Amino acid sequence: MERNVRAVAGVVSVLFALVFLGAEKARPAAKPKGEPVRAKIGVIAIVTGPGAGYGEAITNGIKLARDEVNAKGDVFIELKIEDSSAKQEQALAAAQKLINSEQVVAIIGPTLSNEMRVVGPEANASGVPIMGTSTTAKGITQIGKYVFRNAMPESQAIPASIGKAVKKYNIRKVALLYGNDDVFTKSGFDTMKETSEKLKLDILTVQEFQKGQSDYKAQLTKIASLKPDAVFCSALYEEGAVILSQARKMGLSVPFVGGNGFNSPKVVEIAKDAADGLIVATPWYGDRNDPKVKAFVAKYEKTYGKKPDQFAAQAYDALYTMAEALKKAGTADRERLRDALAATRDFHGVLGKFSFDAERDVVMEPTVLIVRGGKFQIFN
Amino acid sequence: MFLEQLINGVTLGSIYAIVALGYTLVFGVLDIINMAHGEIFMFGAFVGMLLVSKAGAPLPVAFLGAIVVTGAMGLLLERFALRPLRARPGASHLASLISTIGVSILLENVAHQIFGAGNHLFETPFAEIRFQVGSVTVYLVQLVILLISLALMAGLSLWLSRTRSGKALRATAENLETAGLLGVDTNRMITATVVIASAMGGVAGVLVGMAFNYINNQIGLSMGLKGLAIIIFGGMGSVYGAMAGGLILGLSETFVVAYGSSGYRDAIAFVTIIVILLIKPQGLFGQTLPEARR
Repeated sequence: MERNVRAVAGVVSVLFALVFLGAEKARPAAKPKGEPVRAKIGVIAIVTGPGAGYGEAITNGIKLARDEVNAKGDVFIELKIEDSSAKQEQALAAAQKLINSEQVVAIIGPTLSNEMRVVGPEANASGVPIMGTSTTAKGITQIGKYVFRNAMPESQAIPASIGKAVKKYNIRKVALLYGNDDVFTKSGFDTMKETSEKLKLDILTVQEFQKGQSDYKAQLTKIASLKPDAVFCSALYEEGAVILSQARKMGLSVPFVGGNGFNSPKVVEIAKDAADGLIVATPWYGDRNDPKVKAFVAKYEKTYGKKPDQFAAQAYDALYTMAEALKKAGTADRERLRDALAATRDFHGVLGKFSFDAERDVVMEPTVLIVRGGKFQIFN
Repeated sequence: MFLEQLINGVTLGSIYAIVALGYTLVFGVLDIINMAHGEIFMFGAFVGMLLVSKAGAPLPVAFLGAIVVTGAMGLLLERFALRPLRARPGASHLASLISTIGVSILLENVAHQIFGAGNHLFETPFAEIRFQVGSVTVYLVQLVILLISLALMAGLSLWLSRTRSGKALRATAENLETAGLLGVDTNRMITATVVIASAMGGVAGVLVGMAFNYINNQIGLSMGLKGLAIIIFGGMGSVYGAMAGGLILGLSETFVVAYGSSGYRDAIAFVTIIVILLIKPQGLFGQTLPEARR
């Protein structure tokens, strides 16, 4: 069966290649000026099943960017959207289809880091540039020189928020608190600890909690008795909000610096006033005073009836980065697109100024936010 | 810090104790472990939350509402999940355990449907009342929780040992058939027991909401497991055992965090239980069961 599929895929791709070669021959060698660069870009996202919310935001963001790019006329992009259902094997099949039969010039996606771990090597081996917009795990772009991402990992976001908080409040002594039975909160804690040591902060205590705990008073009483200047807390927002509330109630009023898990309007909804003084870093801030952001938010809201989230914004910028690189490459060629993408520096998108580093990973300044008066605001 | 942690531990322990009392009462009479008790307790918390935070009702109304709803749930539980099994000769001892597990899963999912998965704020001005003793801040809620748990324990043990209906209950617990022959309405006694135990769960639910400010549909599971561990530890069916066990677990959990490592909180607390059980297998206040009970 597997072999049959491969054989069919092989035949199909040969046929396509022939058709393409034919088309290539028929086309005049030099492209007349003013003619847009035509490119077929594949998208792999979770369209159905659990996690479909992410896929929806991502494809919405990409489609919005495509319409804008095509209207400008320098580049004409045709999207091929495939569903991965959050499954590795389905994501791989989708990638093979896009690479071999659809002959896309590049791929945006897949949604999860897990999926990227199987799709990335395939695209890399086929020489197809691939860009993850939500894959934040470690080692993603190290898969190979065709693999990119524009999703900021926590290992960049947390040092930014801690750095700013330390400077502003002159923090010397800190207490760390984290959920020790969750991979995500644990890795956030590792980054917090590393950053604290780098900044030579005095770590007074490290406290842990477990999922589903409803009473954090023992840990918080201990933290409060040591009188830290700030608490660095790696938690998901459900637990984080309860922790904040109980901490404020027992009179622990120092600033809290949280990881990406804390970065949700839900924190304010659950913890109310107790959320004041929470500091987080985020790649996306929808209320930024930037005409580009305002236009994007307004357009997105008009088209889809809701505000864009981080995933929509990252996907939107990803297609723009691709379009920009295609324009520079001058032709829809995988190799030239890769080089142009890798050379992306200081691209101004809705996320802010964005560059790829030598390893095709994200270089950008995250926005640091603080909760004041029940709202996330820019922290300066 | 010691005093503050002591208060934290006693508060947590008192809540554990009230949950455990509900288990122990049903076990003492019916010889079954009511796995749905944790979820009934969770519903009590939600009813209290709806009355206090959403409807703005005063606290006594919240307690009353929680008691009524959870009591009714106990009635239904007994009528539909326990009695049909009791009426069947030859039904396995484990059948009722399984049926209460079924009820607990059902209730958890119903709560998920109605209330969603997230945390709900339990907001009451009463929870803000505090006073200063030396350098220690004490919340009135913490005192109230301790008092309610002590009162429930004393009330239960008085009822069981001194009153006529308590005597009937103990007779039912001793031997269902003989008690029936002696004129005790055993079905009524059992129903009453399950209803009272469930209502106590409801009270505990409201107290948890007041103490921790937040409730979600998972608290039944975590509190329920602790309650189960406590009745085994304190001695199956013993009222004092439930109280002592609850306080010991609450205090040890708190002090492990205060003077040890918070990562081992549950591990150390439960290792303590295992060690005590190895020394005293029938639990702290447990007696070897009379042969007639088996």
